[in-house]
Amino acid sequence: MIGIIDYGSGNVQAIATIYKNLNINYQVITKPEDLDKADKLVLPGVGAFDATMQQLIDSGLKDKLNELVFDKKVPILGICVGLQVMGYGSDEGNLPGLGWIPGQVKKFDETKIELKPKLPHMGWNVINDTRNHNLFKGIDNDFGFYFVHSFYFECEKEENILATSNYGGEFTSSIYANHIFGTQFHPEKSHGNGVQLFKNFADLKLC
Amino acid sequence: MLRSRIIPCLLIQNKGLVKTVNFKDPKYVGDPINAVKIFNEKEVDELMVLDIDATRENRGPNLEMIKNLADECRMPFCYGGGITTVEQARKIINLGAEKVALSYSALHNMSLCQEIGSIIGNQSVVVVIDVKRKKLFGGYDIYTHNGIKKSRWKLDDLVAKLEEINVGEIVINSIDNDGTMQGYDQSLVEIIREKCSMPITVLGGAGSLDDIKKLISKFKIIGAAAGSLFVFKGKYRAVLISYPNREERKPIY
Repeated sequence: MIGIIDYGSGNVQAIATIYKNLNINYQVITKPEDLDKADKLVLPGVGAFDATMQQLIDSGLKDKLNELVFDKKVPILGICVGLQVMGYGSDEGNLPGLGWIPGQVKKFDETKIELKPKLPHMGWNVINDTRNHNLFKGIDNDFGFYFVHSFYFECEKEENILATSNYGGEFTSSIYANHIFGTQFHPEKSHGNGVQLFKNFADLKLC
Repeated sequence: MLRSRIIPCLLIQNKGLVKTVNFKDPKYVGDPINAVKIFNEKEVDELMVLDIDATRENRGPNLEMIKNLADECRMPFCYGGGITTVEQARKIINLGAEKVALSYSALHNMSLCQEIGSIIGNQSVVVVIDVKRKKLFGGYDIYTHNGIKKSRWKLDDLVAKLEEINVGEIVINSIDNDGTMQGYDQSLVEIIREKCSMPITVLGGAGSLDDIKKLISKFKIIGAAAGSLFVFKGKYRAVLISYPNREERKPIY
């Protein structure tokens, strides 16, 4: 069962609808103790970094997630700020992140974006999937994915970069570490490509 | 490369979908959920939904309607109309919208934009500016309450302020061009583009895909929004929801 984490941030219902239409077993989870039932987790996110971290802390999900993801290796997919919280912290806020993947969330350098508009990076952009990972199997890369953000994840280690995109230079648009995945873009709002990505995540065989 | 966005803009009145001309004479064009289903099939870049009565009727957003729309939307979705508190904005994002649009409440109380941005992130805060050409001397006046109340803001000052407080996007809406299908007011867009660096979406006047193409070829990365173009067909304005498919869009971007 795919557990979609509802902590008051992000498009929980849009993801639930996609899994429902795919006939893949899912559950929207609000209580930390219910997370145990899930084989895989999706951590959505729309919001400011500190507000999101605070909601994870207040709901009691932070500790439980650390236990499941870090200790028990339950696969997880973080989306947008759900990816950003996987690092050490963000230039957008003061709270520490979950620290699962070494890296820091930084603001785009506006001086490198030549033409207006500058920030946020908003709209449809393509990704460069250098690793040919199964998470991106069957994606139409001309069509791309929907982004809306001003901050991006800067990985400390090249091995954690799963895909990159270009906006005033190359930036990391997807990260991974074994069973932990994150996308800066919003697959839940990226039409067929997003549906395919959620299906791929459900199908991933991880050890 | 980032692409421009071609955005259907749906106006809601009495829970139904309407289309206006110069912000007047709303014509009923159908059920919003049905329109969203069609736009899903067409894989639209983004969708904007504005409740045009909420502020004028002094009521908050209809959260149940927003939930129903957001559940259906497989594309990014921006909601505007009647938002006056941080809590309303937070709820709307949690229901599944990517962005919230403010107009009167932002112009009236700039700190609200900042407070909302601190919770949902500045990138998700959109300000809609409804403008009308001045009759004499040129320039533009800003209006709120569905084109009824003239704002004291000067356009230049307002855009500079929005840039300063770092909102995510400006939607510039021409009351003169609304529903006329005679093309966008490009000189208006030039003024805004000059004054700020954030994303802009232009609304009001698109009558053909060629109008959208012209806007994009001039401003490169921009949001091209349209109402009539995507809900009417032919000179008798028969109601027909439409949107260019992937292949038809390629030469436009």
